[in-house]
Formats: sequence, structure tokens, C-alpha cells
Amino acid sequence: MSEENSNTSPMGRYGPDAATAREEMLKVYPRKTQRKRGKQMLVNENPATPAEIGANSRTVPGIITQRGCSYAGCKGVVIGPIYDILHITHGPIGCGWYSWLSRRNITKIRADGEVNFLQYSMSTDMQEDHIVFGGEKQLAAAIQEAYDEFHPKAISVYATCPVGLIGDDIHTVCRQMKEKLGINIFGFSCEGYKGVSQSAGHHIANNGVFKHMIGLDDSPVEAKYKINILGEYNIGGDAWEIDRVLKLCGIHIIGTLSGGVSYDEICNCHMADLNVVMCHRSINYMAEMMEEKFGIPWFKVNFIGLEGTKKSLRKIAQYFGDKELIDRVEEVIAAEMAEVRPVLDDIRTRTTGKTAALFVGGSRAHHYQDLFNDMDMQVIAAGYEFAHRDDYEGRDVLPHIKIDADSRNIEELVVTADETRFDAAKPEKKKALEESGFTFSDYEGMMRQMAKDTLVIDDISHHEMEKLIEMYHPDVIGSGIKDKYVIEKMGVPCKQLHSYDYGGPYAGFKGAANFYKDIDRMTSTKVWKLARAPWHEGGSAPAAEKEPATAGA
Amino acid sequence: MMLDGTTSEIRERKALRINPAKTCQPIGAMYAALGINKCMPHSHGSQGCCAYHRSQLTRHHKDPVVATTSSFTEGASVFGGMANLKTAINNIFTIYEPDIIAVHTTCLSEVIGDDIPMIIKKSAEDGIIPEGKLVIHTNTPSFAGSHVTGFANQCTAFVKYLAESAGETKNVVNIMPGWVEPADMREIKRIAEMVGVEYILAPDTSDVLDSPHDGKYHMYPDGGTTIAQLKAMGDSFLTIALGPLASGPAATELEKKCKVPNKVLELPIGVKATDEYVNALRLAGDTTVPSALEKERGRLIDMISDMSQYLHNLRVAIFGDPDHLTSMVSFLVEMGAKPMIVITGTPGKKWETKMQEICAETNPDTQFLAFSDIHYMHQWIKNNPVDLIMGNTFGKYVARTENLPYVRFGFPILDRVGHRAFPTVGYAGGMRIIEKITDAVFDKRDREDPDHEVELVL
Repeated sequence: MSEENSNTSPMGRYGPDAATAREEMLKVYPRKTQRKRGKQMLVNENPATPAEIGANSRTVPGIITQRGCSYAGCKGVVIGPIYDILHITHGPIGCGWYSWLSRRNITKIRADGEVNFLQYSMSTDMQEDHIVFGGEKQLAAAIQEAYDEFHPKAISVYATCPVGLIGDDIHTVCRQMKEKLGINIFGFSCEGYKGVSQSAGHHIANNGVFKHMIGLDDSPVEAKYKINILGEYNIGGDAWEIDRVLKLCGIHIIGTLSGGVSYDEICNCHMADLNVVMCHRSINYMAEMMEEKFGIPWFKVNFIGLEGTKKSLRKIAQYFGDKELIDRVEEVIAAEMAEVRPVLDDIRTRTTGKTAALFVGGSRAHHYQDLFNDMDMQVIAAGYEFAHRDDYEGRDVLPHIKIDADSRNIEELVVTADETRFDAAKPEKKKALEESGFTFSDYEGMMRQMAKDTLVIDDISHHEMEKLIEMYHPDVIGSGIKDKYVIEKMGVPCKQLHSYDYGGPYAGFKGAANFYKDIDRMTSTKVWKLARAPWHEGGSAPAAEKEPATAGA
Repeated sequence: MMLDGTTSEIRERKALRINPAKTCQPIGAMYAALGINKCMPHSHGSQGCCAYHRSQLTRHHKDPVVATTSSFTEGASVFGGMANLKTAINNIFTIYEPDIIAVHTTCLSEVIGDDIPMIIKKSAEDGIIPEGKLVIHTNTPSFAGSHVTGFANQCTAFVKYLAESAGETKNVVNIMPGWVEPADMREIKRIAEMVGVEYILAPDTSDVLDSPHDGKYHMYPDGGTTIAQLKAMGDSFLTIALGPLASGPAATELEKKCKVPNKVLELPIGVKATDEYVNALRLAGDTTVPSALEKERGRLIDMISDMSQYLHNLRVAIFGDPDHLTSMVSFLVEMGAKPMIVITGTPGKKWETKMQEICAETNPDTQFLAFSDIHYMHQWIKNNPVDLIMGNTFGKYVARTENLPYVRFGFPILDRVGHRAFPTVGYAGGMRIIEKITDAVFDKRDREDPDHEVELVL
């Protein structure tokens, strides 16, 4: 590879160029699988005008995938974190058990006497006779028992695969029990087989939150600048760090959907002046629906990374347009930067020029590129676990996304303006701002922000990840628990960006400093160099090559 | 505070499980399949199950857990999963090149009634199973049994599909270890080797789920029972099955299929249960117990007697899996401790009776409940305080709420390392359990005793 070429091809500097790497990854697949996976792996040749990627399509059976299911997206991600709703999984025991505290839904109760239901896993523990004769009676009885035991203010019910198949009508049971008990009770038809990944569950969850919670409480909120943060799940306390910074600026968050949030806050969050969206994939539906019904405009923000955080704060201040707020935001940024800059300057001396790859969720593979950019690290490849085309290519492709059978079975709510509560002043303000060049309802997608000729891989498989590491041996990979130890066995540290490896927060300014320190530690820790014993250095063959053929792939 | 909603008022619950002490069958099948060399566990259903099981097993072992899934979407749920499974088999053999695929079902494929043997047969006919490669299956509906029965079903499937008798009985003992940690499997083998018995251990997750770090990723590590060994089990002269629930069914199946007699023992946790395992090996091998092993035993007895003052009448609440509990509760009784409440989520009346017998002499008031949950245990503790809680990671919330020492034991342990590396079985494992119990109890004392009562020597 020529000098000139390697400068324009970020991947070529560290291994084969992106196109060759792509071919190499696809080589092993049977023809049909190759065709399918080929559409989901792109060389980002033209970041300004991203090519069409195969996203939100079915996982190839037999491929070791990172993906989960609709139930995991609905209960596990979006609704699960709401701490004062009592959540009941209707199904055999597994689903309720696996989603029990496994997604770091850290939260604080708001007042004495409240119960944090996230420490509880509740399930109807369906047995064979429920499958044969139906589980509706069991569900009604479970709701009654839960009410008697805990007296919650709301109960949510989640359907698992067999419930959908045997046809239990969870919504009718919920409605009847709601009438009987006089508290809010609602269900989610988020059976695991719906859609092709967790993403279907997010959509189902959004619909449910919108139908059963948003707008139930019209109490006025006494604050000058009122916003909601949508798609922020408070992993590692991110939401608390964002809240801390916004408070310093004088901005009030009514609801963070749905990290560390209470049921009442969600019921009241339509009183906000503005919605800002963190995870576009999991909650863009909610942003759209709230705008339709209440007139609340939304735009995308990113509180991950210093530049992202600064930009987002400034944009919120610009939206409100008060000089006092705009100035305050600058003061806060200056004060916070004074703290974090020395940390970054120090760490950059060790991280500059290092490489990373990111294969996470439905926004983190995007957001976290900002943090690596801060550290002068090159992201050579990235992709989402459950994104749709708009998350890669930007929202301008929305009208061109084909609805397939797997998306069609997820309800699309018809939302109209609320006659009494639609605030016409908000769209007017939005229009005026748009005329001055301000963008709303926007998301440019991941590919526009990635370097030219890097690899974009949707729903990366185990095999592709292994090949990528063999070819490039990145200095760090951001991924999840299922890949973590595969990656680390190959001598590459892996940062779990779903759970943060139980560290964090990584959002905002202090969070960024935490992240830089963690990556610095991971890329400089000595343990990776200890893998080879000294007696294998200097000519003697490594132990693994002497092992019998059973040693594996 | 933790678990603020839990009160001491116990209401009978018939429909609501609160904080389960079990999970579903397929994860047990996946764990057992990982104990076979060059085996790919395959989850036939929607991909969430496979994701959850892999995540949980990975978090527990802190090692790679790979498995594939049929990735059902709605279409497969309506029209059946045959096309998905066939595509999966083709992809798995082409991309990952295992020697064997162990298919287990999920609630979804069970409810729609997919006939897995038929699909496997069809796959073989269509030539997507390469020459010399195998696909086996087990049924693991999540609405019956628990993760432990899933493990048992997978082990039984190994026997059904693979064990053969060539007609010549060999001087080999089959050992079925039950659902224990990789370190336990290693300890079970070490003891058999000390006693001098030739054995086949199946399944065997040592060196698979505690694999060494050598800078390379091995999808199929060196460990695991080989297919040749699984086949040869039919020619062994005896099966020692450890853990009636997890290993009993496979032993019974092998007896039925290949006439290999079996001894079903409790898991070798504690003095008596380990004695029984050692003795069974001794008799099988027609050999004597080596003095090195007797010394290990003696050291365990010595430690119990040294600690008797602290262990005697120590009131314990414990939850976990039936086989684990049977042996651990016996061990607690041997130490002089008082198991006060014992909960498992797995259904089983026979187990309750057995547990009652174990405690009848020293602690007849012990409550045993199968098909119960951690919430019930917690409420019971509120009514009848204990000195120590033992169980998997999920119990730590109860321990914190009630400010009680906590010893992690069983599956899963998500928040500590060591459990996969240090055995709880055997005499050595017994010593480790006593160490953990006394450490937990003493740490609390050292932290909380008034200054004038803090002792240097305990």
C-alpha cells in the first residue's frame, strides 16, 4: 500500500483495506448467507452520501449473533427501568429471571415509603397446564396477589413467546384488573419472536408508554426551562451526570425516559417545552408522537464525549434563546472543561493513534465514537446490534425504508393533536428557529460521522468479529457481555458499552473523564503482555501450536 | 433500603412468583452441551433465549460462551421452525465446524410442536450434515421443571444419541458430575485419579469454561468430554451419577440402553457425601483409598472441630438447586449448624422428604420448600431470624436488607470470582466452604462488635 493510499484509508494503515477485510470476513459463509451478510457490511466510501445498508433484517439462523429479542427490548430496556411500576412477566420463569437486574437499571426512590420494584422479579411462572388451558386466570390472580402484597401505583405486564402463541389476551386481563383494583394496569405484547431484534420491543414499549402514561398528570411544573431527555437509560448513572450539568445551567428535566425515572414523572412529562433524544433508535417514536399530540418539538443530542456534550448544551440554550441561559451554559462548559481538560491532555499522550472498534446497541456505536475522537483514537469499524437504516444513513432515508413482514406486526399508533393540550406556540417557535438554520427532528446517522473507508457492519457475527481482530488487532473494542471474553482471549481489551463493565458514568464532563481513564487503563494494563510465558519468547514455538488438533478454530 | 416492599406478613401465593430461585430448562441444556468437546449448543426458538442464556452463563463463568440460535421471527412461529433449523445447521457446520450440534428446544418451539428428530433426519437426507458430524436434540420446554431438569435432559440426550455398547465391558467407570462448577468437575476427576480408577466424566466443563488465557481464542478449547468417550460410555462397567436430579436420568437411560448399572449418589459436598463418592470409587476400582486423600479428609474434620464453637447452632437460611441443597444441608448438619429454611425453585416432593430426613435428628423444625422463591425465604427470615444466608448472587439483596453474612453458593454467581476456579466438592471443597462461612460471620463481627469486644484471636 502506498503512503498516499494509506493516508486516505484509515483501515489500511493498520491492516488490509476495508474492502479486502470485508471480503475476508464473508469468505467462509455459504452462498445465501454470504449474500445476506454482504448487504449488512459496507465500506463507508462516501460518508457525506451514505450507501444503503441492510439493517433491521432477520438474523441468519445459525449465526452467532449479539442480538436479543423483543421482550428484552421492551421490558429489559425501555419499561424495566421505571422503578415504581410493578412489572410482571407473563410466561415461564426464564424471561422474568434473565431480565432481573441484569441491565443496570440503577435508580433512586423519590420519597420515603416508596418501593423500588426493580429489585424484584415477578412472573406468572407458567407451567404446562397454563400452556394447555390458557394462562389468563393465572395472570389475573398474579396481578391480584401482587397488588395485595405491595399496593403499587401501577402494574405492567409483559407477554413472552408462548403467551402470544396460546392467545392469552393480556390486554383484556389488564383492563379488567385495572377496573377492579383502581390502579393503572397495562400490558405489552412484546413476545420474543416479534420483529428481528430488541428494536421491535422498543417500539412496542414506546406505544405503551404513550398510550398508558404520557399525559395522565397535567400538574404545572414550576421551572423556566423544562425538557425531557428521551432514550437515556441511566446506565452507570449517566442520567444523573446529565442532570447535574443541566441543573448547573438552570435547565429542569421533567422526565428521563426511562432511566432512573418515576411513573409520575412520565405521566407529567408532556408539560415540557422540548424533548431531546439521546438514543434515537429506542425512542424516536415517542419523540414523534409527543410532537404530534402536544406540539413539543424534538432534536437529537449527544451527551457522550466532550464535543458532543458542549454542542448539545449549546443547542438547548439556543432553543430557549435567552441570553442569560446561553451565557450560563458557556460558564458551565468553561468550568467543567477546566477540570476535564488536564485529564484528557495527559491521557492523549498515550491514546493518540490507537484504534478502536465499536459494535453496540442502537446508538452507542455512534455516540462513543465522539469519546474516542476526543482521545485522538481512530475508530476503524463500527456497527449496531439492532439499528434500522436511518440510524446508519440518517433520517432522510425514512420515506424510502421498506416495511417488511417483521415490522408490519408492530402497531403504529395514529396520533393526532390533543385538542386542549396541544401548544401551538411550540410549533411556531420551531418554525421560526428553523428559518434561522436551526435543525429539529434530525438525525444524520452514524455513517456521516465515520471516517471514509472504515467498515460499517450491521449485526456483526462472532465470526466477523474474530476475523476483524485477527486482521487489525484493535487496541480496544466496545461491545457487550456475549463478546467480551472472546475478544479478551485474543488479547484485546473489551469495554462493555451496555453495562460499562459496572463502571461509569460516562456521560457529560465528569463521565468523559471516567471513560478516558478507563480506556487508558485498559489499553495500557500489563496483563495482555503476560499471556505468553517467557520460555516461549526468543524462538521457541508458542504453546498453542504444539497442542493437539482438538485445540480448536 | 433494599427490598422495601417485603413485609413479614406471609400471604399464600398461587399465581405470582416473586424473586425466583430457579430459571428455565434451556440454559441447563446449554451448560451441559458446553461440556462436550467440539460441540455447538443450539437453541431452537427466538434468539432472545439464546442471548439471555449466553449472557447469564458468560457473566457467571467470565469466559466465552458461544451458542447458536434458530432466530425465529413471527413467520417461523406460525409455519414451524424447520426451515430455520435447517439453515442454521448448514451455517453452523460451514462456519464454525463443530463435531456435533446439540439442539435444545425453547417454550416457543415446544408450543408450536416442532418435531426435531424429523428435522434432523431431513437435514441428514438433504446432505447438510457433513460426513462424520452429528446433530442431537433434547426437549427442554421452559414451562416444566427448571434449569436443573434442562441439564439432566441434555445429559440424557447424550446417552440416547451416542452411548453404544460394543459388547465388551471395559474396566472404566462413567462419572456423571451433576451441575457443578468447572473446578468441581476437575476436583471430581482428581479424586478419581487419586483413588486410581479409570473413568469417563460426562459432561466436563473444566478447561472449557475456565479456559486459560494464551492470547488466542479457541472456539473449542481442549476440555470437554469427547464424542468417542460419550460413545464408549456404553461399555463401562458402572456409572456413578452424582446428583439424583441432574445426573440420575442419564444414568437410568444408560442402564436401559446399554445395561450399565449405576450408583446414584448425592453431590460430594461435605464429609459424608464425599466419603460416599470416594467409597464408591474404591469399590469400583477394587482399590484402597490413598493416604493423601485420607489426610485431606482428616484436615477437613480437623477444621470442623476447630471451628465447632462458631458453627454449632449457626442458624442458616439457604436457597438453590435441589442436588446442591441436599448435600450442602447435610454438610451444615455435619458442622453442627442449623439449616432453618431451605428453598428451591425446582419442583420436587421427593426432595422435600429427603431433606426432612436429613434434618430430622438435629433440627426437626427446618422448613423445606420446593417450587418456592426467594421472596418467601425473605419473609420467613423476617419472622424467624437467622445468622447466615447462603445462595446464588440474587440473595445478596436479602442479606443486605437483613444485615446478614452472605455466602455465595450455586448458580449463578455474577458478582464474585473464584467460584469457577475453586471447588466446593470433595474434602478440599469442604474446607473452602467452612472458610467462606466463618469469614463471612467473623467479618460481620469484626465490623460491628463494639470496640471493647473486638477480639484479636477467634
